[in-house]
Amino acid sequence: MMPIPPTWCVYLGTGLFTIGVIGVLTRRNVIIILMSIELILNAVNINLVAFSRYFGEVDGQIFAIFVITDAAAEAAVGLGLLIALFRNKETVNADEIDLLKW
Amino acid sequence: MTTVSIPDVMRILPELILAGFAILVMLFEPFVPAGRKRVLGWIALLGVLVAGMAFTWAPPNAGMAFSGSIAADGFSYFFIFLFLTIAALALLGSINYLERDNIHHAEYYALILFSTVGMCFMAASAELIMIFLGLEISSLSTYVLAGFRRHDPRSNESAMKYFLLGSFATAFFLYGIAFVYGLTGTTNLVDLAADLAQPGKWSTLTRAALILMFVGLAFKVSTVPFQIWTPDVYQGAPAPVTAFLSTGPKAAAFAVLVRIFLGLAGPSGPAAFWVIWISAALTMTVGNFAALLQKNVKRMLAYSAIAHAGYVLVGLAAAMASGSTEGASAVLFYLAAYAFMNVGAFLLIAHLAGPGEGRTEISDFTGLGRAAPGAAACLTVFMLSLSGIPSTAGFFAKFYVFRASVHAGLIGLTIIAVLNSVVSVYYYLNLVVTMYMREGEPQAARTPMPLPLYSAIAASLFAIFYLGLYPNHFLLLSTLSSKPLP
Repeated sequence: MMPIPPTWCVYLGTGLFTIGVIGVLTRRNVIIILMSIELILNAVNINLVAFSRYFGEVDGQIFAIFVITDAAAEAAVGLGLLIALFRNKETVNADEIDLLKW
Repeated sequence: MTTVSIPDVMRILPELILAGFAILVMLFEPFVPAGRKRVLGWIALLGVLVAGMAFTWAPPNAGMAFSGSIAADGFSYFFIFLFLTIAALALLGSINYLERDNIHHAEYYALILFSTVGMCFMAASAELIMIFLGLEISSLSTYVLAGFRRHDPRSNESAMKYFLLGSFATAFFLYGIAFVYGLTGTTNLVDLAADLAQPGKWSTLTRAALILMFVGLAFKVSTVPFQIWTPDVYQGAPAPVTAFLSTGPKAAAFAVLVRIFLGLAGPSGPAAFWVIWISAALTMTVGNFAALLQKNVKRMLAYSAIAHAGYVLVGLAAAMASGSTEGASAVLFYLAAYAFMNVGAFLLIAHLAGPGEGRTEISDFTGLGRAAPGAAACLTVFMLSLSGIPSTAGFFAKFYVFRASVHAGLIGLTIIAVLNSVVSVYYYLNLVVTMYMREGEPQAARTPMPLPLYSAIAASLFAIFYLGLYPNHFLLLSTLSSKPLP
């Protein structure tokens, strides 16, 4: 069986990264923006793991575990901030978060 | 198989002490009755002092620790001391603020300490994984701090914007790291510099990866065009938090920029240098001209923070152009001088803004010079120092940066920088003129300064005049510290 070449993983990562960036820039729902950021982080993980396998080292995989942990912490903080915001403003739409001019 | 040794642990002692005290504060929090939370503030301050003293009394040997992932060198010591000072000033300025605004929860102190731990790791790491972890420890804490006035929609909004754009930028930074790892097979800065020094190692992809990393860090130091979040976040966050995050995380990100880009800049040729040159020119100009139009003090200082990031970038460009230590030491001097004047200014504004931070328009300060002469005089000193008037720290900070950039042959950039600092005098002095020369009753709070805040302001004033009148000692220190180990 032929192993999957690392370039394929990089293409997959680039695709996820692009989708994530477009998501952050075009979507207005804060939760979907948060999900798009997670998508970019997953693109990073795929790249790291693919490179790690290519080099035959574990550095990249350990890095990926750190990134996953960080993504979890980030989601917790982000949703916490969103709940605090929702209690005061009853919206999750980024366009309505406009007390301070952008 | 490498094991952890005692010298390794000694080299991260300040971080360990800070983290220990932060956990202690959080453990004690449920047992301290609501009216006595300030005890925990003092415990947090004690933690900062112990961390500083541990470092002074038992200075660790310079060297790498934890298999080359931590660099304990003069560079990291300089920044760790700077972060400890900023944290101490911010804690002193926060205690009465939190009581006044009924948000006295001890998590605030713990978060300040955790954020400081992250910043120390950013300055001390010689490994991209550690830099990333430090960046995230400090960022996640400051996201929460920015939203700490959680019943105030402005604070919520500030935290949300900071969080969304901050994690977006971190994602870029990470994507850049992943590519650097893929291209070189290492995340260690020393190995990385060695690997990239080989001929033929630089490709379009390497440059793209470094640019992605630059974007992530440029966001943290708020250079144009990644500065959009800064005014909103600085305006909406509680003022003592703004004092902290406009100086600490910014200096930490500059430490990383110096460590990464000075180490790798040589082989990358002029490309990286021009990126820094252009963003320095844009950042100064946009920051200063936007500040001219502001009616809100916090927002004006936010734009001024953008402009100051531009001056620091001038120093970085000079360091990259000449390769001498002059540019890097000017960067270090500037970051320290800026920290004192900006922390002082924001802490004072936190006090003058009154309960709920209702009085932050420039017009609220009309006639303050007669109503509260002491506070007005202090604020005047901070403004003069920010605009770079001689005999204050701001003057020598700018002077060293400009001198380094002239010596590096960057005449054009120096002219832009000097013109910009002339423009900036207008909006700083506008506040002074409003306080002293306009008739009217000030809306700003006229209650006397509480003692902890008073000591923080006094310490900042002392540092401003010390650096402004006797800059030689500190310049020597920053020159000695300006050579990162790897």
